[in-house]
Amino acid sequence: MAARIMIAFAARRCLSALPTLLIVITLAFFMMRLAPGGPFDQERALPPEIERNVLAAYNLDQPLWRQYLDYLADLTRGDFGPSFKYRDFTVAELIANGFPASLQIGGLAMLCAIVFGVGLGTVAALHQNSPLDYTVMTFAMTGIAVPNFVMAPLLTLLFGVYLSLLPVAGWGDGAWANKLLPVIALALPQVAYIARLTRGSMIEVLNSNYIRTARAKGLREGLVVTRHAVKGALLPVVSYLGPATAAVATGSVVIETIFDIPGTGRYFVEGALNRDYPLVMGVVVFYAAMIIALNLAVDLLYGLMDPKLRRP
Amino acid sequence: MQRLAHLWNRLDYSCGMLRLVPLLALVCVTTSIQAQTELRIANLGEPASLDPHYVSGVWENRIIGDLFLGLTTEGPDGKPVAGAAEEWAVSDDGTVYTFLIRDHVWSDGTPVTAGDFEYAFRRILRPETAAEYASLLYPIKNAEALNTGQMTDMDQLGVKALDDRTLVITLEASTPYFLAQLTHYTAFPVPRHRVEQYGNDWTKPANIASNGAYVLDEWLPSTHTVLLKNPKFYAADTVAIDRVVFYPGEDRAAVQKRFRAGEIDIAMDFASDQIEWLRKNLPEQTRIAPYLGVYYYPVNTAKPPFDDVRVRQALSMAINREALTDKVLKTGEVPAYSLVPPGTNNYGEPAYVGWMGVPYEARLAQARSLLAEAGFGPDNPLEFTLSYNTSENHKRIAIAVASMWKQLGARVELFNTEVKVHYDKLKQGDFDVARAGWIADYNDPQNFLYLLQSSSGPLNYGRYANPEYDALMEQASATTDLTKRAGLMAQAESLAMRDQPVIPIYYYVSKNLVSNAVQGWQDTINDIHRSRYLSLK
Repeated sequence: MAARIMIAFAARRCLSALPTLLIVITLAFFMMRLAPGGPFDQERALPPEIERNVLAAYNLDQPLWRQYLDYLADLTRGDFGPSFKYRDFTVAELIANGFPASLQIGGLAMLCAIVFGVGLGTVAALHQNSPLDYTVMTFAMTGIAVPNFVMAPLLTLLFGVYLSLLPVAGWGDGAWANKLLPVIALALPQVAYIARLTRGSMIEVLNSNYIRTARAKGLREGLVVTRHAVKGALLPVVSYLGPATAAVATGSVVIETIFDIPGTGRYFVEGALNRDYPLVMGVVVFYAAMIIALNLAVDLLYGLMDPKLRRP
Repeated sequence: MQRLAHLWNRLDYSCGMLRLVPLLALVCVTTSIQAQTELRIANLGEPASLDPHYVSGVWENRIIGDLFLGLTTEGPDGKPVAGAAEEWAVSDDGTVYTFLIRDHVWSDGTPVTAGDFEYAFRRILRPETAAEYASLLYPIKNAEALNTGQMTDMDQLGVKALDDRTLVITLEASTPYFLAQLTHYTAFPVPRHRVEQYGNDWTKPANIASNGAYVLDEWLPSTHTVLLKNPKFYAADTVAIDRVVFYPGEDRAAVQKRFRAGEIDIAMDFASDQIEWLRKNLPEQTRIAPYLGVYYYPVNTAKPPFDDVRVRQALSMAINREALTDKVLKTGEVPAYSLVPPGTNNYGEPAYVGWMGVPYEARLAQARSLLAEAGFGPDNPLEFTLSYNTSENHKRIAIAVASMWKQLGARVELFNTEVKVHYDKLKQGDFDVARAGWIADYNDPQNFLYLLQSSSGPLNYGRYANPEYDALMEQASATTDLTKRAGLMAQAESLAMRDQPVIPIYYYVSKNLVSNAVQGWQDTINDIHRSRYLSLK
């Protein structure tokens, strides 16, 4: 019974995701075209007759609404189109090519965010209003306030240039040293956010009746926290994982560019600068779909964790 | 006891290993020989494609030119020499070229035929191919008409394979730079059998066949492109380097670090602000050489007050180019007083502006009086916008130039946009004075001077329209006598330098970092250095 409800819920969410995706695609498509300059404007201007050939080859000579409908039709067939800039690759190939690096950076950043965020938040909650608590929360406020495009250059300046401990940029075929700084820069705001969330809900949970019962039973404080309190306190964190993934995904666009990582996010920036419309659209659709899917996963996870939602 | 046995076993094992030592040593020696013949190049750009018909950048040329061999090709000094064509004959009027194709094969063993060339020329000129650079081939008979769709029958193209080894190319008119132009990738052959079999995927490593010194081994976007020596190349015995790796990274600081660390043998550019450090610390490896390119400011002649020649002259005279190259850039660029850089083939001295030798202070006074004549003075200052595309160097130059113009009483607003927007505005004539640059596609003054022909459309950013200039250029293109032709073009250039529809600022230089281990490197005016001529110490 519960499983059927779950499946129905998932199916409903999938269906409701379609209009969202369509809105994202439509907005991205037309906003991209609003930007002045076209994919074939460059230092060496094309003679008009050549430009005509090129535009015709990519259907860019068609009216905009026609291009839009064509794009949607291609998408339903799973065809992201060719890249204007990298003519030997399709957009799908480029995304597939960049995704492993993006996934590693993004996945590690999420992992760090959860482990350190929950850890620091719990510690702060257990030592409420102590110097330790204030230190953690100051750190968290800084992490939230400083955007990652400021944090990343500061980190490279400190660890890469002044201390010469880590590479300034580059992927180095995925070496650990190369991943460290981008992951930290990407994870930091999320660590901070999750730490604040965890602290808040932990304090609330620690004052709740069932924790008082657990303590009254004579359980050791350590067990009370790890077995009972954390589970309850994590619910808001889990519901934040959806927005966090979105933040990490969009943050990776900046971070990959700063650290010169050959990921999908960097193709987005390059695509936007080159007016490579299909490439930008491809990355947007891919990320949008991914974020929607992950949000759905979080919702399902929430259902599993929160007993209140499981009751029919 | 058991431990002892174990020890014995290990000893025996080690002895076994010992017997392997000579073999291991051999392996080490061979791998170290292989490692020695790997050339690593910082190419500073990700290739858009490896299909010679789809590219337009100099970084792609470095890779594609190692893969494919045109009818003519660049020699070690960058000058055209025989390539896939063994020899050729030119008709007396200079319009018919008959090439004898060298007896050689694609890397898969299939013979390279005149038909492959015919196929390639037809392919690049088909409108559906949408080749951005097809216009370079317009000197060929009917090429323009076919590429623009005015003509559809490809049999009319002036490229004919008479038999497997004879190719005849007929031109619209005599074109003195045609043989040099054939070294360009637009004229490279493509393996017809592969293109037809794999379509757009023919450039994938598994599908490609090439006729040059190298074959494609691997291409990972944003990572590297690896070429291996082509054992079937006709002159394979003269090729010393076995493996060439091109890195696309554009971060010049990172490239310089890798060069210093010995991870890169050749860097095809370096950051201007590093020049003093490099000159001091790596003087032998820092190579700066004249380059066929000019950095200039087009002036919008269609827009008042810039339709007044006196205003344009005054603006040009007031620029202290030596101060820009020596104090602002400091990378060895040469102050420019003409559109065609000195040293261009088929040309003598460029036609410099008349006031080139006048001292700066006197020029400034002259410029002030020209502006006054045009009606601008303290109560009616000249006000306009100087546009440039976002870049540190363009900004530094624009600031310096604006302050020089301030001495004339002009009020200059600086306006920067990203490159796409900038060139879109230039094409539409939506600017007052702007920054532009031009790098030659072939070594001939025509490649610079045609920019100012009124027929050049959007390439003629400043919309310069001088019938006299156009007539001289037309006349030059119909002249086979090289000296006469050069004279006509010099006349045209002197008109342009009088009228100043473009303000030349400086001639480009090529900037390379070349490790001491690289042998056979020569500084060339087109900055082309094919790997087949290089070796490693």
